[in-house]
Amino acid sequence: MTQVLKDLGDYIAAALPNDVLSSEVNRVGELTLVVRTPSIVKMLTFLRDDSGCLFKQLVDLCGVDWPSREDRFDVVYHLLSLKHNQRVRVKVATDEETPVPSVVGVFSAAGWFEREAWDMFGIIFSDNPDLRRLLTDYGFEGHPLRKDFPLTGHVELRYDDEQKRCVYEPVKLVQDFRSFDFLSPWEGQTLPGDEKAEGSR
Amino acid sequence: MAESQIKSYNINFGPQHPAAHGVLRLILEMSGEVVDRADPHIGLLHRGTEKLIEHKIYTQATPYFDRLDYVGTMNQEHAFVLAAEKLLGVTVPLRGQYIRVLYCEMGRILNHLLNICAFVFDVGGMTPMLWGFEEREKLMEFYERACGARLHANYFRVGGVAQDLPAGLLEDIDVWCDQFPQVVDDIETLVTENRIFKQRTVDIGTVTAEQALDWGFTGPNLRASGIAWDLRKSQPYEVYDRMEFDVPVGKVGDCYDRYLIRMIEMRESIKIMKQCIREMPAGPVKTDDRKISPPPRAEMKKSMEALIHHFKLFTEGFHVPEGEVYAAVEAPKGEFAVYLIADGTNKPYRCKIRPPGYVHLQALDMMSKGHMLADVVANIGSIDIVFGEIDR
Repeated sequence: MTQVLKDLGDYIAAALPNDVLSSEVNRVGELTLVVRTPSIVKMLTFLRDDSGCLFKQLVDLCGVDWPSREDRFDVVYHLLSLKHNQRVRVKVATDEETPVPSVVGVFSAAGWFEREAWDMFGIIFSDNPDLRRLLTDYGFEGHPLRKDFPLTGHVELRYDDEQKRCVYEPVKLVQDFRSFDFLSPWEGQTLPGDEKAEGSR
Repeated sequence: MAESQIKSYNINFGPQHPAAHGVLRLILEMSGEVVDRADPHIGLLHRGTEKLIEHKIYTQATPYFDRLDYVGTMNQEHAFVLAAEKLLGVTVPLRGQYIRVLYCEMGRILNHLLNICAFVFDVGGMTPMLWGFEEREKLMEFYERACGARLHANYFRVGGVAQDLPAGLLEDIDVWCDQFPQVVDDIETLVTENRIFKQRTVDIGTVTAEQALDWGFTGPNLRASGIAWDLRKSQPYEVYDRMEFDVPVGKVGDCYDRYLIRMIEMRESIKIMKQCIREMPAGPVKTDDRKISPPPRAEMKKSMEALIHHFKLFTEGFHVPEGEVYAAVEAPKGEFAVYLIADGTNKPYRCKIRPPGYVHLQALDMMSKGHMLADVVANIGSIDIVFGEIDR
């Protein structure tokens, strides 16, 4: 199976040499293609229509946030070929300002997925006909799945009996949010005096 | 007589509407009685599950999956534990796999019973609801006997299931499996050839095979459109490759086909459950890798090492090696998948949940265009949506 996927990756990379940045089968046996951001529509159209691929279904589209990177967002597409019984993952990278071309024209299913990625991460999709917020509240501010967005959010909602309406207020926590760091400070670094023990390992 | 002009107008359907199956708010642009555009507003039940999972250790993430589609709960835990197991490279003992398959099929029947009965209820038939819930109650008792909870099971663990089945449970499930087809027959005599039901569902919300693929349909909704695709057959996980069952495929892809597919799938699930009970081997139910699954309590009384393992597992949890994985299962509603990115720590870096209902609801506009207002209700009922998983 892994060999088949490797061959498929090579085949796609050979067909669109200027668009594919890398093609790799990871240790759990999944093919990942990294593609130049402007070529995503071309890439997905090829994957859908080429007789060697026939990835007719876009099963998933999501964003991933890597704040330390210059292009901080990944947009990850998962495609499924019913004909060949294969899956492929396509990735493009972008930042907060650069729009990713929308793939709604290729797969209608992409519409809400792109809205969700915009809502959750603030990834902009050009040409999406309906890029409104989807899952968050009406009038919500911010993009909750970004790593720099706090788990508790910024505002909380309550019913105010005097004003007879719901009011938003800044979040007040009785106790600080507790996040324990389980990454041991003793692993992964050599303590003074331990050089010999580390060397013999 | 002068021709009267009909102006198009908007209807706000839900979020407090009994036929909305939860908290669906639908803005319907109508011209007369005909729907021009359906714009679902979702997110009223959004709880930020994905964000919460990023802040919890792997073991603490499974209960969140029960709260997605709260009708077939274990099927969703399944996707998550499969994803984590793939990254960790652990194998589940055979008995654990059989128990998982048995309980996933039970979840499928639970789900289909609720969906069919609620669907028939939406289009005017009350009785199946009462009959179906009686059976659901019995099934939830089986859930309770295995894990202590009727709905939010939290039974699957990375590396197996939480505990072994109590003595006598398999025999009771076997007895139930024998009498359940009778209930399906009863519901069928009431609904399948019912004139009113057929008037409401036949040729309503027809989805062609091309449309179904384009809109990302999976599960029974895709099969109703005539595509024989079932992850249990095509990409088998656990012991599904040992099971003998058929995959029903529809011809037209309308609401009626989607109902029929679910009806047959319940009978197929019974077949799988019977096979599981018959072939269930003895042995452990979870992996004996103590870095992943906790030691038995008796061992902890004697062994210092077991005590340390227990303590580490329930404070720090286990670390999952770096990598990314997409694990999909055939949940009752369609392909439920988890896209998991691990960064080598004890918490997931990113856990994207791919709910089937979300994709199906998106296509509601396409399905309802040009239909009457009452057909929107039939469409919603037939695509089987539950808001826990759509809003996440």
